[in-house]
Amino acid sequence: MENNAFYVALSLLLNLDASLFQIVALSLQVSLLAVLIAALLGFPLGAAVAIWRFPGRGGMIVVLNALMGLPPVVAGLMVYLLLSRAGPLGEWGLLFTPGAMILAQVVLVLPILAALSRQKVEELLGEYREQFVSLGMSSSRMMPTLLWDARFALLTVLLAGFGRASAEVGAVMMVGGNIEGVTRVMTTSIVLETGKGNLPLALGLGIVLLTLVMLINAGAYLVGELTRRRVG
Amino acid sequence: MTSFHIPRFASFILSPPPELCFDDVTFNHEDKVLLGPCSFTLKGTGPTLVMGPNGAGKSLLLRLSHRLLLPTQGQITWSGELCPRQAMVFQQPVLLRRSAVANLIHALAVNNVPRRKRVKLAHDALERFGLTACCYTPARVLSGGEQQRLALARAWLLSPQILFLDEPTSALDPAAIKAVEAAVQEFHQRGTRIVMTTHDLHQAKRLAGDILFLSGGKVREHTPAEVFFDKPVSREAKAFIAGELVE
Amino acid sequence: MKKTLNLLLAGVASMGLAFGACAKDYITLASTTSTENSGLFASILPKFEDATGIQVRVVAVGTGQAFEIARRGDSDSLLVHDTTGEKRFVENDFATERADVMYNDFVLIGPADDPANISEAQSATEAFAAIADAEAPFASRGDDSGTNRAELRLWKNAGVAADGDWYRELGSGMGPTLNTAAAMDAYVMSDRATWVAFGNRQNLTLLFEGDKVLFNQYGSLLLSEEKHPHLKHDLAQQWHNWLLSEDGQQAIAEFKVDGQQLFFPNAK
Repeated sequence: MENNAFYVALSLLLNLDASLFQIVALSLQVSLLAVLIAALLGFPLGAAVAIWRFPGRGGMIVVLNALMGLPPVVAGLMVYLLLSRAGPLGEWGLLFTPGAMILAQVVLVLPILAALSRQKVEELLGEYREQFVSLGMSSSRMMPTLLWDARFALLTVLLAGFGRASAEVGAVMMVGGNIEGVTRVMTTSIVLETGKGNLPLALGLGIVLLTLVMLINAGAYLVGELTRRRVG
Repeated sequence: MTSFHIPRFASFILSPPPELCFDDVTFNHEDKVLLGPCSFTLKGTGPTLVMGPNGAGKSLLLRLSHRLLLPTQGQITWSGELCPRQAMVFQQPVLLRRSAVANLIHALAVNNVPRRKRVKLAHDALERFGLTACCYTPARVLSGGEQQRLALARAWLLSPQILFLDEPTSALDPAAIKAVEAAVQEFHQRGTRIVMTTHDLHQAKRLAGDILFLSGGKVREHTPAEVFFDKPVSREAKAFIAGELVE
Repeated sequence: MKKTLNLLLAGVASMGLAFGACAKDYITLASTTSTENSGLFASILPKFEDATGIQVRVVAVGTGQAFEIARRGDSDSLLVHDTTGEKRFVENDFATERADVMYNDFVLIGPADDPANISEAQSATEAFAAIADAEAPFASRGDDSGTNRAELRLWKNAGVAADGDWYRELGSGMGPTLNTAAAMDAYVMSDRATWVAFGNRQNLTLLFEGDKVLFNQYGSLLLSEEKHPHLKHDLAQQWHNWLLSEDGQQAIAEFKVDGQQLFFPNAK
């Protein structure tokens, strides 16, 4: 069956199957957009927790770290209840659209980006704090400088977030509904084909997904290495 | 610590040098008295070299002066109403993960210098401190001496009225030491008040205007340089100059 | 920095718009996995769309979840196979009408060597009793779906207690249950459509069929406009009517897999 699966994966790719292409494109759009939004929110949040001392800070760090392990299906359920017509945000009409999937994945990825960026920024702060104060930087001014200085480590954090987003199925299944041509992504397709007993096809799709993620990681690594050499 | 606007032509500091006054200052950490009680006033043009054996509290004194730390007891005040513009250079230069010139531009940006002026000012500072060749080199890849000069160039751009230096040359080779000392002299000639710690007697002899000698967390002597080296008063100072270990 | 942020936000917003809005008319239909996975919808929905221009977006989940989705007003329409549940839905005013659309049947699947010898059984209840007697492994969906409820009714009618190590409640949909049954070499009750389309049979084969009690009725429900005024009732009405119309019924009958018709239209 394994041989069969590789053959299936290859033939899917070579035939440039139109529906596969659509599914892959949607998967990438959803996960990449989710990671982007989560980064715009999560990196400043992580940096803020690293920089400022406030009551309950320790608790917040524990919560952020713990939420890294939030089960995707639980996140999906929570977002479903929010977006359902019977729920508080039902008016938005987002349920069973890619928008809902992005939202659910933001919920999943945000804690990872915030918790890991907090840790990295805190390390850097140990090194830089005195000099920053000496230069006359306010705490809020430190934030963009620290985030930019940590950019190589944060790239890895981004990849971790993307890995989580592109790999999960529980959340997108719940809030997206796996609607053909609308909210069907790679992972939900794999579940569907497995449910139909089409195991070689499911595995083939899995291989396509893995290859995609591998390519993205390789690209990010190259970008990281090239720029790192320039900056020491 | 307020951020300040750099005047257009800040080549010379025209106002009189600020005076730093320590009034019965103590600094404790976990119930242990690390510094104090100290009382002294830094007047005149300096440069003031803060000397003493390891653990005497020199770095602490500097950090307290620069408001990086707050005293447990006592007052630290400046003459005049406003806190003067200050900068500090640390023993290990702290530079960002960017090029040398980008580090300088960052310091200017932080201090609200208009964007269009930043590049020129940064390049001028690099030239002054002999770093033009390393302009685009990643700052963290530079040699120890070059990094320290870059830190000084950064301090230069802030037009400080006071410059604190915490053993800036202790990790450098003789050629680099010479270059850094020359840079410190540039500041002094511009009118910046220098307050620098060192454990190197010869460096102190080269640079000092007056000496503040610490040992065991207390100020033992505060005298002009010639007086200190020719006729030290305290027992600890005498032992230190003689090269004997002092606690 | 500020400029790039603005650009990013604009990009995100426009993508959001592109994702959310869709120029075409569409309804959301909550239905079960048997209709989706068998390929029925892939066959009949294009015909409906050609006739009316309405796209039908199918959310295929277990029966219980389908009811819940409809109850919450998250779908415009409902098509399931649980007549008792459907009638209760109408009684509770969540739907204004239910109608028979089509039926298929359940079949009993098991390992090729048939340890409980159910292929010789004369009725479904006899087959179930035989499985219990032999304590042969049986994979149950265990998810309170229409199929599951039908299965439990049969155990009851056979007068047999379905519990013990041999009876495995999986809490899964039909497809995953079949996968597990194939791996366990267990008996399992499946709807014919899912079984015919199922690809991972391994050692499983169809052993018993035809008993009238294995009849499985599908019903379409018209959801209540009062309870959920925001739903696309006009479009849902068109869908409901089309299913019951000659065209819809014919489309259902025309759907075949391997030459076998899987769903039998029986609208009145």
